[in-house]
Amino acid sequence: VSVSLKSAAFRAEREGTWRELEALVDAAERRGVAALAAHDVLRLPALYRGALSSLSVARAISLDRNVVEYLESLAARAYLVVHGTRRHLRQAIADFALRRFPAAVRALRWHLLAAFGLLAAGAATGLALTLSDPERFYAFVGEAYAQGRGPTSSTASLRQALYAPVDATGFLKTFAMVLLNHNTRVGLAAFGLGFAGGVPTALLLFANGLVLGAFAALYHSRGLSLELWAWLLPHGVTELFAVVLCGAGGLVLGQALVFPGRDERLRSLSIRGREAAVLAIGAVGMLFVAGLVEGIFRQLVHSVAARYAVAAAFAALWTAYFTGAGRERTRRVRR
Amino acid sequence: VSVVVETDARRRELVTPEGVPIQFVVAPAGDRVGALLLDLLLIGLGVAVVLIPLIGLAAAAHAGADLVVAGAILAVFLLWTFYFPFFELAWQGQTPGKRKLRLRVVDASGGPLRAEAVLARNLTREAELLLPLMALTGGESVFPDAPGMARLVALAWLLVFGLLPLFNRDRLRVGDLLAGTLVVRQPEAVLLEDLSAARPASASVPTFTDAQLDVYGIYELQVLEQVLRQQVPGRGAALDAVAAKIREKIGWEGPAASEPFLRAFYAALRGRLEHRMLLGRRREDKHHRDR
Repeated sequence: VSVSLKSAAFRAEREGTWRELEALVDAAERRGVAALAAHDVLRLPALYRGALSSLSVARAISLDRNVVEYLESLAARAYLVVHGTRRHLRQAIADFALRRFPAAVRALRWHLLAAFGLLAAGAATGLALTLSDPERFYAFVGEAYAQGRGPTSSTASLRQALYAPVDATGFLKTFAMVLLNHNTRVGLAAFGLGFAGGVPTALLLFANGLVLGAFAALYHSRGLSLELWAWLLPHGVTELFAVVLCGAGGLVLGQALVFPGRDERLRSLSIRGREAAVLAIGAVGMLFVAGLVEGIFRQLVHSVAARYAVAAAFAALWTAYFTGAGRERTRRVRR
Repeated sequence: VSVVVETDARRRELVTPEGVPIQFVVAPAGDRVGALLLDLLLIGLGVAVVLIPLIGLAAAAHAGADLVVAGAILAVFLLWTFYFPFFELAWQGQTPGKRKLRLRVVDASGGPLRAEAVLARNLTREAELLLPLMALTGGESVFPDAPGMARLVALAWLLVFGLLPLFNRDRLRVGDLLAGTLVVRQPEAVLLEDLSAARPASASVPTFTDAQLDVYGIYELQVLEQVLRQQVPGRGAALDAVAAKIREKIGWEGPAASEPFLRAFYAALRGRLEHRMLLGRRREDKHHRDR
C-alpha cells in the first residue's frame, strides 16, 4: 500500500531539505556560523525560508503532532542561527565607541542636562550648608567615605591627602579601588534604579552632589580650594561626567515608565531601555579611563598647574568626542 | 491509561521578520537559577585562576597583601561586568551556564538579538542581584546611616525587584524588561517515523466507516499518536487497554492484534480529520458538534 495521506506525501517530499537544514543548524550551534563552509552559508537562508513555509503548510494540513512540533523546533533553531547576533564582539565595540555612544549622548542631551543639574544643585546645597555650619559635613559625608577627613582635621593633614606618596603597588591598588569605589557604585545604581520611576536616581545624583559640595566647603574654609580642584578635576572631569551619564540613563528609564507616551509601558521601557543602556555601558568605559588617571597620573604629578592642564585637556577631549564623533559619516551620506 | 499532552501555558509565539509565527517555550525559573549558579561558579573559578599566581608572586616578592587584594578586586570587577555580555554576544544569547541547561536569550519581538539589548539586560544585574544580596548579608554597606525601618523597606523593595521573574508569566527579570528580551528553552524536537506510513505487511488491513471515524476528534488523534510513540515498559498493556476502549466505542468487531489495529485506526482517523480540516471543518475533539 503506498502512502495515501496528503500530509504524509507532503512530508515525504520535503523531509530531505528538513534533514539538510537540521544538519547545518546542528553544526552552527556547536561550532558557530563562522565554521560553516561557504556553500553551506549560502544554502542556509533558502533552507530556513523553506522550513518556515513547511511549518505554515504543516500547520494547515497535517495533524501529525510530531511533524508539526519538529518543524516548530527546526524553524526556531534556524531562526536563532539566521537572526542571532551577527557581529563580532570587536566590531560591536568599535561601532559602539565611534558611533552609537556619542550619538546616544547627543540624542539624550536634555536628560544629561537634567542629571547634571541635579548633581550641581546637590553640590551647591552641600557647599552653602557646610560653609554656614561646618558640623553639617558629617551629615553629608559618611564616616567610611570621609576616611578621617573632616572639620576637626588639621589643615596640614588635609593638604597631605591631596599629595599621596608614590608607591609601586599603590598604583594598582588605587586603580582597582577606583573601579569599585563610591562613584562607580553610584553610577551603576543610578542607572539600575531608573526602573523605579527615576526618583531614586534623582536622589542619588543630588546626594552625590551634597558630598562633593561638603568637601569643597571643607577645603575652601582652609584656603585649599585651588589645590582641591587640582587634585579632583584631572580624573573628576571624566568620573563625574560618567556618573552624570549613568544618572541620565536612569532618568530616561524613569521617564519611559512614568510617561510612556503612545506605547505600552513595558514596550516603552524596553525601547528606551536600550538607548539608556548605551549611556551606562559607555559610562563604565569612562570610569576605567578615570581610574587610570587617578591611579597613575595623580600620584606621579603634584604640580597644580600640570593638574589643571590635564583636567582642561580631558574636558576638551570629551567635548570634542561627544559633539563630533560619528557625525562625519551621516554628513557624507547627505551630500 | 494516563497520557499527558504537554501544556501550552508556557509557550510564546514570536513573529519572525519573514512574518511566520514560531513558538518558543519560556525557560522555567529553576533552570534560570541553575544557569546563573553555574555561571557564578565559573566566574569564581576565573578569579581563582588570576589570584593563585598573584598570591604566589606576593609571597615570593614579599610585596604584601595589597597586591593580592587589588588583583582580586580587579578580577572580580572585570569578570563580573564582562562575562555575561561577552558570552551572550559571542555565543548568540548563551552563556556557558545557559548552554549547559539549554537556555537561550531571544528578542521578545522576534527581531535579531542586538548588542545593546545584551548589554542592557546584563547591566542591571548590579541593581537586581548584587544590591539585594548585599542588603541581605550586610545592610551596612548598602544603606549606611539609615534608620531600621527605612532599611527594612529598602530591603523589601530590592527583594521585589530581585524576585520579579517569579511574579510574571514570562519569567522576565528587570534586565529582560529593559532590553525587551526573553529567555527560552533551546528547542530540540526529533523527527520520528510517520505512523500513518508504516503499514502492516498482510492484506487484511482493517477498514473503518466514516461514522466510526467521526466518533473522535483531533485531541483524541494526538493522544493516540502519543500512546503509539511512547517507549516505556508496560506499553503493550496500555495499547491493549486503548484498543479495547476504541473497539467498544466505535462498535468494531473483527480479529486484529492491538498495535496493527491502532495504527490502522490512527491512519484512517488522521486521513478523515485532515480531509475535513482542508474543507474548513476542523473537529477539535469528540465533544465537537457540527453546526
